[in-house]
Amino acid sequence: MNIPVLKFDAVIVGAGGAGLRSAIQLSEAGLKTAVLSKVFPTRSHTVAAQGGVAASLGNSEEDHWRWHMYDTVKGSDWLGDQDAIEFMCKKAVEVVVELEHYGMPFDRTDSGKIYQRPFGGHMSNFGEKPVRRSCAAADRTGHAMLHAMYQRNVKANTQFFVEWMALDLIRDSEGHVVGVTAMEMETGQVVIFHTRATIFATGGAGRIFYSSTNAFINTGDGLGMAARAGIPLEDMEFWQFHPTGVAGAGVLITEGVRGEGGILRNSNKERFMERYAPNAKDLASRDVVSRAMATEIKEGRGCGPNKDYVLLDITHLDPATIMKRLPGIREISIQFAGVDPIKAPIPVVPTCHYQMGGIPTDYHGRVVMPRNGDFNAVVPGLYAAGECACASVHGANRLGTNSLLDLLVFGKSAGDSAVEDIKGSKAHRDLPKDAADYSLSRVAAIDNRKGGSSVAEARLAIQRTMQDHAGVFRFADMLKKGAAQILEVEKQVMNLEIKDKSLVWNTARMEALETENLIEVAKATMISAEARKESRGAHVRDDAVDSPEFPNGRNDKEWLKHTLWHREGNKIEYKPVNLNPLTVESVELKTRSY
Amino acid sequence: MTKRTVQFSIYRYDPDKDERPYMQDISVELDSTDHKLLDALTKLKAKDDSIAYRRSCREGVCGSDAMNINGKNGLACLTDIDSLKQPIVLRPLPGLPVIRDLIVDMTQFFKQYHSIKPYLINNDPPPERERLQSPEDREELNGLYECILCACCSTSCPSFWWNPDKFVGPAGLLAAYRFLADTRDQATSERLDNLEDPYRLFRCHTIMNCVDVCPKGLNPTQAIGKIKEMMVKRAI
Repeated sequence: MNIPVLKFDAVIVGAGGAGLRSAIQLSEAGLKTAVLSKVFPTRSHTVAAQGGVAASLGNSEEDHWRWHMYDTVKGSDWLGDQDAIEFMCKKAVEVVVELEHYGMPFDRTDSGKIYQRPFGGHMSNFGEKPVRRSCAAADRTGHAMLHAMYQRNVKANTQFFVEWMALDLIRDSEGHVVGVTAMEMETGQVVIFHTRATIFATGGAGRIFYSSTNAFINTGDGLGMAARAGIPLEDMEFWQFHPTGVAGAGVLITEGVRGEGGILRNSNKERFMERYAPNAKDLASRDVVSRAMATEIKEGRGCGPNKDYVLLDITHLDPATIMKRLPGIREISIQFAGVDPIKAPIPVVPTCHYQMGGIPTDYHGRVVMPRNGDFNAVVPGLYAAGECACASVHGANRLGTNSLLDLLVFGKSAGDSAVEDIKGSKAHRDLPKDAADYSLSRVAAIDNRKGGSSVAEARLAIQRTMQDHAGVFRFADMLKKGAAQILEVEKQVMNLEIKDKSLVWNTARMEALETENLIEVAKATMISAEARKESRGAHVRDDAVDSPEFPNGRNDKEWLKHTLWHREGNKIEYKPVNLNPLTVESVELKTRSY
Repeated sequence: MTKRTVQFSIYRYDPDKDERPYMQDISVELDSTDHKLLDALTKLKAKDDSIAYRRSCREGVCGSDAMNINGKNGLACLTDIDSLKQPIVLRPLPGLPVIRDLIVDMTQFFKQYHSIKPYLINNDPPPERERLQSPEDREELNGLYECILCACCSTSCPSFWWNPDKFVGPAGLLAAYRFLADTRDQATSERLDNLEDPYRLFRCHTIMNCVDVCPKGLNPTQAIGKIKEMMVKRAI
């Protein structure tokens, strides 16, 4: 079949924070770059980030990148790679200041500097007490950031392909990535983007869970494409449940609410976090707070008629502070909880929020995978940044505000690496003759199938299976059942039927293709989680409990290692964690408490 | 709210098969947990997968699901389903070409947004740290930077309907004032020159539909008034 081929130096898939940040590097370097996005760039999910971006600016009190690094390693429950963590924390000041120069409307201190607020797990002096490190624009930091970066790209004349969905990676016989196939949503046309560099910035896949803070578009498209192209996915058992999703609706309420003084209370109106984290209290790490909330609910101290949520209370704050620092939260609370938080507390539950794992990369944003005994052999031509990537800076649990930092730092470094590699290479490598065949056959199968399952049903089956078997607390028997069940659901997903046959803006077809990506992420998650027989960070199982030998159920002797899940045969292998930073001493293993 | 059935009348048009647009009558049963119009659309789509609309964040910050709801522009994700008179009439945003069903071609809208140079212009070499801005100066940007580019305002504006190619429209002008009001921006006179034209700015006749429909509670008319004031001041 004759498929149009568009030739670019680089293609960036995704126009959220990471994609837009790398696009700035490529456009300003004068390279011919295409940015593909399923949605207009400012509709990407970075827009929904609220509380801030971490950087040790020290605008309100003393702070150091080494303290930030310590907190991030500890937050990761020592699963994060310390070279990447050092790189990120050191770079934070530079990338946040750049954003300010792009025009981002940060809130200000009285002296005119960027406003900073405390956030969970961010402490001064190696874990002593909460520190103001989160740089914020009210509670709309992601929105302000995404718009500022889109605007900078308008200035840099970046070429966008808006409402295009990438379908599959194209790798040649030597494994080099030479582009992607993509579909223009308005026409249904499949096109080949032939490139020297392909950057994945496709975001997370939080839609594998039934209850999620994530947007509809967060379907793990980059992860699905990578998995189908033979690239393993790293540490997919680690999913962050954000403590404060609006009960029922799932919409996010930022941790910044607690940073500004908000308190979690159970049905006895008790500030229960004092029992679980005597030092950091409500500002402990997210995994710790979510587990505490789930425990309160499990033990009958939940609120409401079904005792199935807890309350986030800011009624003691000055209404002027709420209006100034948390105006978006007030709107969300009124809209989705029917509660004005100035007058009454907000009902909240732990809700799936963020994927710590992803496509394995080094801290330069180059995708890596095991080859000939080298765990970190580069996949030439492929880069990844942001939530879809795993550098790994978040390890087993991400700190709030480190995601916006991650996408800035690694978006930029992936862009820089691509620029460097393109300038060092001579020409495009040849496209394989069958470059588009796989994508075309997938699309044709969906278009032509009769008597298959509906997309809505199959997607719900994925979400229910994940929610019921791999939640905040995990149980050995449920994980086992879940792993078997998700393989059954896969059969359903591989048999999707759509009724809409139109070529024009066929959202049924798009959703079917998204569901084929979701199932890859769901399998990776369930199978990796079943295999990891310890508790660490966000992955906590009933058969790995707190003991003197294994504090918090963490087993460093056997499990201080990254999971790599391969789609083929659902094979699992492990690679070592890098405990060696670039220039400073290692943050030594320690029992984690807040 | 318990289970209930809701009636819709939805604008349908698929250029691949329909000669002309038509209104489809369709109903859907909602669960007690369905509160917003977008929840109902999700249920409808499970029933008929050919209904095409944009959506993403479902919490009113991405601006995808703007549509004309019972005659008024708004976001499906922020509209309470039970507050709407039935049958609920859904149409694409007015004044822009329809691609399919509730999906409009937003090219002209974004062209106008891009025409105001929606980025900070400051040609001084960037300092090592952040540029300073007082909290009071920063406050000037409130009510401006929060725009989500949903196009509810511009597509409810008669002046934009008549001259979408010449009148910048409320969303673009709100963005223009966002940069004029920013103490860090140095392009004030260039920005005003760019708007000094019988159409680009001055086609606003303060009808204020934009203010009425903005799902974020912003006030483009006020921003436009402030640009006009700046023009006048500059002329004296």
